[in-house]
Amino acid sequence: MVLELTRDLSYEEKYERFMERIEAGERIEADDWMPDDYREALIRLISMHAVSEIMGALPEKEWTPKAPTLHRKLAIMAKVQDEMGHGQLLLRVAEDLMKPLGKNREDIMQDLFSGRLKFHNVFHMKAPTWGDAGIIAWLVDGAAIITQSMSLNSSYGPYARALQRICAEEVFHAQHGESIILALAEGTEEQRSMLQKSLTEWWPALLMFFGPKSKENVGKSHVNKNIKYKIRTKTNEDLRQEFFNKYIPRIKSIGLEIPDKTIHFDEEKGEWVYEQPDWNEFKKIVTGHGPMSEQRLSLRRDSYQNTRWVRDALASRGKEA
Amino acid sequence: MTFENAETLSQNKEALSACKALLYQLADDDFLLAYRGSEWLGLAPHIEEDVAFSSISQDTMGHAVMFYQLLEELGEGEADRISHLRTPAEFRNAILLEMKNGEGSYVEKPDYDWAFAVVRNLFYDYAKMIRLQSLKSSSYEPLAHMARRIISEEYYHLMHWEMWFRQLMTSTPEARERMEQAIRRVWSDFGGVLTTGPEGKQIAAAGLMESEEVLTERWIQKVSAILNETGFQPEGEPGMKSGNGRTGEHTEDLTEALAILSEVYRKDPAAQW
Repeated sequence: MVLELTRDLSYEEKYERFMERIEAGERIEADDWMPDDYREALIRLISMHAVSEIMGALPEKEWTPKAPTLHRKLAIMAKVQDEMGHGQLLLRVAEDLMKPLGKNREDIMQDLFSGRLKFHNVFHMKAPTWGDAGIIAWLVDGAAIITQSMSLNSSYGPYARALQRICAEEVFHAQHGESIILALAEGTEEQRSMLQKSLTEWWPALLMFFGPKSKENVGKSHVNKNIKYKIRTKTNEDLRQEFFNKYIPRIKSIGLEIPDKTIHFDEEKGEWVYEQPDWNEFKKIVTGHGPMSEQRLSLRRDSYQNTRWVRDALASRGKEA
Repeated sequence: MTFENAETLSQNKEALSACKALLYQLADDDFLLAYRGSEWLGLAPHIEEDVAFSSISQDTMGHAVMFYQLLEELGEGEADRISHLRTPAEFRNAILLEMKNGEGSYVEKPDYDWAFAVVRNLFYDYAKMIRLQSLKSSSYEPLAHMARRIISEEYYHLMHWEMWFRQLMTSTPEARERMEQAIRRVWSDFGGVLTTGPEGKQIAAAGLMESEEVLTERWIQKVSAILNETGFQPEGEPGMKSGNGRTGEHTEDLTEALAILSEVYRKDPAAQW
């Protein structure tokens, strides 16, 4: 009904109605009218989230066969399968949004390969030890849960629904990570030092995960627009503080040392004060110049090329049918 | 003759040793193929297949774990030690299943062969299903019970690989050519999967599983059906070109695979991981 009515309205009137729906907390669906910059913001966010899930499976894949016991092997296999499933689910949401623009999944993949479409900073990093596999599952997934939970009530219905499923599974991943971490923390001297080393190396990347505090740090930012459209509800700094609240006590309780001597909770301000990571480094990483950016991208790019004949074969059958 | 549990089986020395031999074959076959499957993650032709294939590999690894646990119950040591600390020569998997997916490694410059993956998995899953059907009436009851559980998952794996096989055999000339090459390659080593090894006769005699001849005959029928349907027949009998893994013969591919699979565990097998 709403669709019928809006057809004869001017752009400004449609926009006004749209914003009324957003303000009222209504869910926008794929076929509803939406302003171009809302659609663009969603495509940018969701396709980045989708490829981050897919690229995020690669550092963990390095550890899938090496997982030390049969039980851990099964758990990590289940986890990377989930991550791929999340990537697939999100790609479908992004594809629906791109359809009116005449674009499809091939465009997303090509944008990823060309570096136009970015993926999360953490997945550009090296993961050289089993301790890293634990830190990724515990703290990177923990950070992801915090970011994604904020969008569970996103104004865009299909994204909100996808996130509900994703968050439910991420909780299991974080538990799987915590269990790896506890085994190492309670283990031998060598296991403990492996774990501490991983935490030390991952710490700046974890802080960067939430993005810069304000746009002065890196230039352009889409946070404000996304908040206006209720795609997200919190700022990067809100999320980072939530992460500190949740994980700093846990990290300390298992006897690990946070590699930031200055970090403390400022009672007056009611927030954690910490050493800023190197935001220039962040910019370098997310634009594809991180330690593993090229290697992981080319893994994906080459394999996409190697299996082109398979997709061609499937497409040729599609034409006949 | 039935053996209700590990204890009753242990009273019959011949049956016990045959049962262990069989379990090592079953466990190692699944362990290595699941590993090769997990190397494909992120590299499959499309994302839907990545999800499906990683689910299949996870199931297959789960089956390996169940068989290793049966070995543990029979006094072979902890399942983790059995799977991670044996030398390559102690493994009893078929050589076909340890073979690399293609050139390169799973983290660097992989040039993997999807046609080989489809044919190897389909032909193996036919053989596995036939074994499991036979194991349903195994004299060793814990094994029979386990076979029934695995069959329900195996059914979907077979459907999956049959779909891929039919699609790629009947599409572009390039796909057909690649598939035919893969069939010839898999065929030349599939005898190594079908054999039940030096202990085959004892395995059948103890009623643990039917004989190699009976199972092979069923496998030939099954595979011929889909080959006839898609119009291709490899020459001769399935061979053992690369050797017989059931006697401990293996390739460098297995040595490398086991080094990766046990890298972390070997750092300290006594530690809790």
